Amino acid sequence: MTFLSYLINGISLGSVYAIIALGYTMVYGIAKMLNFAHGDVIMVGGYIAFCATSYLGLPSIAAVLLSMAVCTVLGVTIEGLAYRPLRSAPSLAVLITAIGVSYFLQNAALLIWGSAPKSFPSLVGLEPLRLFDGQLVITSEAVVTVIACIVIMVALTLFTGETKMGKAMRAVSEDKGAAQLMGINVNHTISITFAIGSALAAIAGVLLCSAYPVLLPTTGSMPGIKAFTAAVFGGIGSIPGAMIGGILLGIIEIFGKAYISTQLSDAIVFSVLIIVLLVKPTGLLGKAVNEKV
Amino acid sequence: MAKRLSKASLNGFLNYGLVILAFLVVEMMRSSGQISNSLNGQLVPICAYVCMAVSLNLTVGVLGELSLGHAGFMGVGAFSGVVAAVSLTNIIPSNGLRLLLSILIGGLLAGAAGFLVGVPVLRLRGDYLAIVTLAFGEIIKNIVNCLYIGVDSAGLHVSMTNSTALGLAEGGKVIMNGPMGATGVPKLSSFTAGFLLVLFTLFIVQNLVQSRAGRAIMAIRDNRIAAESVGIGITRYKLTAFITSAMLAGMSGALFAMNYSTIVAKKFDFNTSILVLVFVVLGGMGNIRGSIIAATVLTILPEMLRAFSDYRMLVYAIVLIVIMLATNNQKFRSLLSRALPHLREGLPAHAAGKGGSTHE
Repeated sequence: MTFLSYLINGISLGSVYAIIALGYTMVYGIAKMLNFAHGDVIMVGGYIAFCATSYLGLPSIAAVLLSMAVCTVLGVTIEGLAYRPLRSAPSLAVLITAIGVSYFLQNAALLIWGSAPKSFPSLVGLEPLRLFDGQLVITSEAVVTVIACIVIMVALTLFTGETKMGKAMRAVSEDKGAAQLMGINVNHTISITFAIGSALAAIAGVLLCSAYPVLLPTTGSMPGIKAFTAAVFGGIGSIPGAMIGGILLGIIEIFGKAYISTQLSDAIVFSVLIIVLLVKPTGLLGKAVNEKV
Repeated sequence: MAKRLSKASLNGFLNYGLVILAFLVVEMMRSSGQISNSLNGQLVPICAYVCMAVSLNLTVGVLGELSLGHAGFMGVGAFSGVVAAVSLTNIIPSNGLRLLLSILIGGLLAGAAGFLVGVPVLRLRGDYLAIVTLAFGEIIKNIVNCLYIGVDSAGLHVSMTNSTALGLAEGGKVIMNGPMGATGVPKLSSFTAGFLLVLFTLFIVQNLVQSRAGRAIMAIRDNRIAAESVGIGITRYKLTAFITSAMLAGMSGALFAMNYSTIVAKKFDFNTSILVLVFVVLGGMGNIRGSIIAATVLTILPEMLRAFSDYRMLVYAIVLIVIMLATNNQKFRSLLSRALPHLREGLPAHAAGKGGSTHE
């Protein structure tokens, strides 16, 4: 029974990683950049939801929607101001700019909300599920997180596969120049990608803070790094890969904590990642690109 | 060919000159009391960061591989250096000699770690290499956080559980105390030692870059397949650069650690790796002098921005973004050079230009 509850915890944590990793992987697939500020957008999403419920007294759904709206605007603004001018610059320059944006968001949050941790009220607030005569308790946060993750996954797959915008995204990620020749507005497509990624980050922020209710300006950085790892683990650029990578990473982390060592759990997660990459250098679902000479 | 080489070595001598000049000026200002206390405390960290930036430049700029775990090697060097320095207290009484030996041990162990990581990892490319180095840095931090090392008359004791499990004899001393980090570190580092380490780092890196091996490494960066087809052993030269870089990072780590009385693993986390990467990219990849200047200026900058008090890190972030936009955006640059024509030559035209294809 404890095994089962660890497994459920792992899947729930992994679902949060998966939602964050989706944002990383979509942006990487299209803009070919590592958006290091993504983790901090999660943190902003958490703070907005916190303010909406604690100060404005909005209901949970409205708080989540508000947080998604703010993060979407934030993501598109960041892309327009900081990343778009560097579209043709070397990728490391873009990486450093992303790091600058990450510092900026963290310190802005520090100034606005202070360094004292805020205790985040759970936005789910349902009764936990009790199975097997109360031997197995599943928190409602875990249930909602997993359901949200599945819904997002299905919606994103349909979106990228079926809609015109989604097809445009795939075309841009395949070949920017050719997509432009086909009449696709590349800049617009990239903006939309950032908008979706940031909205997902807001959801992830709310879910993460509901499960681990301490909110700090640095809340987003470690989950950000973990989710980035998850995206690479599953094969960066691949949407199902991000999903599988995130969930596996969550399960490994919780099992590592439970059965091996609490302190070494991060080391275990990263060691597994290294081993996977050594066996399959493009990640679990990544496509190996043949080099043309 | 001869002219190009002489230009390169001239450049190298200019770097030595710059460092020596800076050292002399700072020493003179120090003796006349013109340096504030806070800046005085920053001198050794500046030297350590300069070494870190120059050594990372070898990996990122010269070899062309993105590493996000350079601080991990710094951490290996720092903690092994501290353990060496404390346990040798009775054997080698001379502080200078002990510092030298600790720095060497730190460098050796970090180099060994570089070898262990490098052999499997250098098969990967681009972002995958970056993520594995990142993972390595986090693993090091995590392990140091549960590592307990103590010393007594019988020698070193190591444990992964807690400090009592070390079973130290009477008069034993705990050197590394798990999450508390290394406590009671002897303060052996000095600005002079830092200056000498910077010169040593420059000597190693510049001579490597100008040697046959260095040209092979740059050939691999510019075109791996072409380099391989003219008979350059890719793995061997990549490893040479990577291990040298790790070793130098370890040495600067040992120097850095012995400037403080306590040192925790968090000092060598992902953020530090990123900080050093920022030095390298801002200074210009492959440009040694750029790394020296960027590391110095950016370490002092937060101090300089004290006037902004609470807003200081915010301003730092904005400065960082604006510099990246200014040096990489064509429109921004032409605007700037029209406004300030004399700057046209001075703008780092290819800051971050060389070897920037790691993500392509």
